[in-house]
Amino acid sequence: MFDILKNFGVFYLIGQYPHGPLGGLALTLILAALALLFALPVGLLLAMCRISPFPMLRLPVTGLIYVIRGTPLLMVIFWAYFLLPTLTGHKTDQFSTMLAALVIFDGAYLSEIIRAGIEGLPRGQMESARSLGFSYLQSMVLVVLPQALRNMLPSLVNQFISSVKETSLGYIISLSEVSFVAGQISTQLMTKPAEIYLLLGLTYFVMCFGLSRFAFWLERQLAVRSVKV
Amino acid sequence: MYNFNLSVLLSGQYHDWLVAGLLLSIKLALLTLIFSLPMALLIAVLRLSPVSIFRAAAIAYVESIRNVPLLAHMLFWYFGAPEILPEPVKAWLYERNVEAASSVIALVLYTSAYMAEDIRSGIRSIPKEQMEAGRALGFGFLDTMRLVILPQSLRLTIPPLISQMLNLWKNTSIAMVIGVGEMMYQAQQVESASFRSYEAFSFATAAYLSISLLITLLSSWYQQRYPVRSA
Repeated sequence: MFDILKNFGVFYLIGQYPHGPLGGLALTLILAALALLFALPVGLLLAMCRISPFPMLRLPVTGLIYVIRGTPLLMVIFWAYFLLPTLTGHKTDQFSTMLAALVIFDGAYLSEIIRAGIEGLPRGQMESARSLGFSYLQSMVLVVLPQALRNMLPSLVNQFISSVKETSLGYIISLSEVSFVAGQISTQLMTKPAEIYLLLGLTYFVMCFGLSRFAFWLERQLAVRSVKV
Repeated sequence: MYNFNLSVLLSGQYHDWLVAGLLLSIKLALLTLIFSLPMALLIAVLRLSPVSIFRAAAIAYVESIRNVPLLAHMLFWYFGAPEILPEPVKAWLYERNVEAASSVIALVLYTSAYMAEDIRSGIRSIPKEQMEAGRALGFGFLDTMRLVILPQSLRLTIPPLISQMLNLWKNTSIAMVIGVGEMMYQAQQVESASFRSYEAFSFATAAYLSISLLITLLSSWYQQRYPVRSA
């Protein structure tokens, strides 16, 4: 395993960069971070629609979320792969395809987390803000969301873990993230697939387990702080 | 404008491919469910057992499986694991359907780790006096678990298990990576043979959605029929 790391370690971490496109572990992390970054506003918007008092907004968004949660991510990736070039008119690269699929997919899941966070707050928060003269949107943005988002932080870290794991599906559309790079190394070496895929598993484990411990720590910190208040 | 041709889906060769894929997906999901339920139960009980080595082993299992994506599991069990086996076993394996076998192994390991956590949190919701009372009456740890704790935790455990079933159903699609001819694989085959991408993927989406809907309905039926009793 050390031989593999010595010969292919740099390739595994950053792909062909700087002589070619960035890839490997770096691409996995960038993709997951960008996916979460873009999915957050999408999820917020979907959650707002989902709990809005207008059925015109609520019903189609609820339907959309059910559809996305009922289909595998792979399906969303394939739709993005075939629909995006048709919609935008020019060829989309694998990175944008994967990013678009992840933003839609994670947005739907995040919206459920955000909705749970908002609905977990006592109703009195919204009611007292309204009775103080704030409009619905103002009370949402100034009173409800800041509290809800704070409580959601551990879930957001968990969603990031899911994102990291989901980027592995970029393998299927030949996006050169870490799983695909591992596959390439395995094809070049021919003889050591078990070690390479163990290394791949270990890489994901270190990232995701570290993050999940962080989420756990965050949860305890938040619990301590809310007791004091 | 793209000409959506529904007749491709309703009969003929491509229809047969797609239906075969759907049936194989269902088979994969059911087979995985049958194997992963007892395994998940075993791991959950190990995680709560009084023996610390068992507990540590179960925690290591759950954490190491859950923190690695299913795709990496599939790649390992398909490309990696058979290489370690001795030559005759390998030859025997490759004569049979090695893709489907590796995908079921990966799915069982992955699903059972998640299900074990659901079962464990169901068990933990039962007051610990139940265990103490069972032990005080002279039952062993396993007997108390089987006769006292598990029957009570069932109502709480079934709904999350059903939602794991939904995840399992969606996860079967990842088996296409190692060439198992399930729904997603067949849809892609139809796409590359006929260039009817929208038809093929509409069929697959509809298939995934309808089974997902069935599982969701099952869950809400169960929660209405057997609501959690408050103590």
